[in-house]
Amino acid sequence: VNENGRVNPSPIKYADSHLQAVLQRGRFAITAEIGPPRGANVGPVRRKAKLLRDWIDAANVTDNQSAVVRMASWAGCMVLKQEGVEPVMQLQCRDRNRIALQSDLLGAAALEIPNVLLLTGDHPRFGDHPDAKAVFDMDSIQLIWTARTMREQRKLLSGRDLKPAPDFFIGAVENPFAPPLKWRAERLGKKIAAGARFCQTQFIYDVKIFAEWMRKVRDLGLDQRCYVLAGVGPIKSLRALEHMRLEVPGMYVPDDVVRRLRGVPGDRVAAEGLKLCSEIIAEIKTIPGVAGVHVMAFSWEDAIPEILEGAGLPRRTPSLVGSK
Amino acid sequence: MYSLHHVLDRRNPLWSGVAHLLQKAPPVYRAFTAVERLSKQRLFGCRMCGQCALPMTAYACPMTCPKQLRNGPCGGVSPDGSCEVYPGMRCVWLMAYERADAEGHVADMRRLQRPIDQRKWGQSSWVNYWLGEDEALWTAEDELTDLDHEPMLLSTRTTGRTTGSHST
Repeated sequence: VNENGRVNPSPIKYADSHLQAVLQRGRFAITAEIGPPRGANVGPVRRKAKLLRDWIDAANVTDNQSAVVRMASWAGCMVLKQEGVEPVMQLQCRDRNRIALQSDLLGAAALEIPNVLLLTGDHPRFGDHPDAKAVFDMDSIQLIWTARTMREQRKLLSGRDLKPAPDFFIGAVENPFAPPLKWRAERLGKKIAAGARFCQTQFIYDVKIFAEWMRKVRDLGLDQRCYVLAGVGPIKSLRALEHMRLEVPGMYVPDDVVRRLRGVPGDRVAAEGLKLCSEIIAEIKTIPGVAGVHVMAFSWEDAIPEILEGAGLPRRTPSLVGSK
Repeated sequence: MYSLHHVLDRRNPLWSGVAHLLQKAPPVYRAFTAVERLSKQRLFGCRMCGQCALPMTAYACPMTCPKQLRNGPCGGVSPDGSCEVYPGMRCVWLMAYERADAEGHVADMRRLQRPIDQRKWGQSSWVNYWLGEDEALWTAEDELTDLDHEPMLLSTRTTGRTTGSHST
C-alpha cells in the first residue's frame, strides 16, 4: 500500500523503471508523447526532450504513428536517454511479425529501455504507404502476452530459452470512447490478464464518458492491478479539430467542445484549445483510480509545459528524471 | 449455432474417428474441406484460417476484421459502429459482442486467444478441431479467475504449440 492508501497494482519492480517508481509512490504521473522526425536526424527529438525534461516522468516515442513512416521508436528512445528523459518505447503489430516483435523487445531490454507500450497499430490504409502489406501476425493482447512470457517464463514463443530474459514495465492502450462502450473496461481487463501494468488512454474530450469507463474499471478492480494514465491533448486550430473529428480513427470530440472552439475568434482557437486541455486534466485528476496523465500534442510539444502549468501540475523539482 | 457446435463436440469419439479417416484419404479430405469452405464462407464470411474461433465469438468471424484481431475490437471503431478501415462495414467484433450479450455468452470474449498458426490457412478447421489441435487456441474458463496466477501463453496445459509440431 502506497502513501495514498492505495493498493499497489504492481508490487514487483520492473526494469528499474522511473515511471513505475513514480506510480508506485502514488504520485500523479505525467507522460508525454514525442513524435520522431521524418528524416535521418535526431535533432528534433533532442530538442523536445530538453524542453520537456523537467515537466514529465517519462516520454513515449511513437512507432510509425498513423502508419506514416518516421524514425524508429527505439532510436528516439536512445536519444531521450542521452537527454535524461526516461523513454517508453511504442511497438505495434502492423509492421512486424512475431519474429521481429520479439527481436525488438529483446533489443529494447538490452538497451535498457525500461518501458514498452504495446499496440495493434493503425491500418496502413490511413498512412503514407497505403500500398504496404499489413502484417497483424498478432494483436496487441497477444503481443503484451508475449512480452510477459519472455519476461516471466524466460522463453520465446517457440519455447526456446532466453538468456538472459528481458525485463520491462509493460503498458497498453485503451479507447474508452469506441463501441462497444460497455465492454471497453473488460478489454482493458484482458490486457491486464495478458500482462499490462500501465495503460494510456485515447484522447479524452468527453470527461463524462471517461468517468463512466473509470467507474467500470474500478468495479472490475482493474485500477488495483494496472495504473491508468488518462490521455489528453490540445486542439490547435479549427482545421485540426475537423481532422480529428473526421479523419482520425477512434477519436471522439463531443459537440460542446466543437461549439466552444468554433465560438472564439480565429486567432484565439489555439489559446482556447490549451485552456480546454488544462481544464480536462484538472477535472480528470479528481476521478478516483486515475494514476496520471499522458499528454499527446502531436507536432505541438512546445505547448505541453503551458498545459501542465495551467492544470496545476508545475515543473518537477528537483528534476526527477536525469537519473541516467 | 451453439447447439450445432454441441452436436459436433470434439469429445464425441465418432468425430475424432471421422477426422482420422479423412486425414488418411487426401482426396476425401479435399472434398470435405471444400464443403466446409462453401458452407462457412456463406454463413460467416469464413477465410479458412483453419483454426476456428467462432464458438468464442458468438459466431462472428474475427478473420473478416481487416486487422484479423482475435481478442476483441480495436480502438478505431467509429461511434456509429462502423469499421475504421472500411467505413461501410459494421465492426465484426461489435456484432460479436452484441450477439454474445444477447445470448449470455459475453464471458467467452474474456478468454485470451493465442496467436494463430499461420501454416494452417486453407486446412479444415473441423478436422483440426476434432483432432484436438485447437485445444490451446484460447485460455480455459478457470484460467482467468486466479489473479495471482495469470495465464501463460506457453500454457502448461498445451501440447504441440510450444514446439510448433503439428500432424497435418
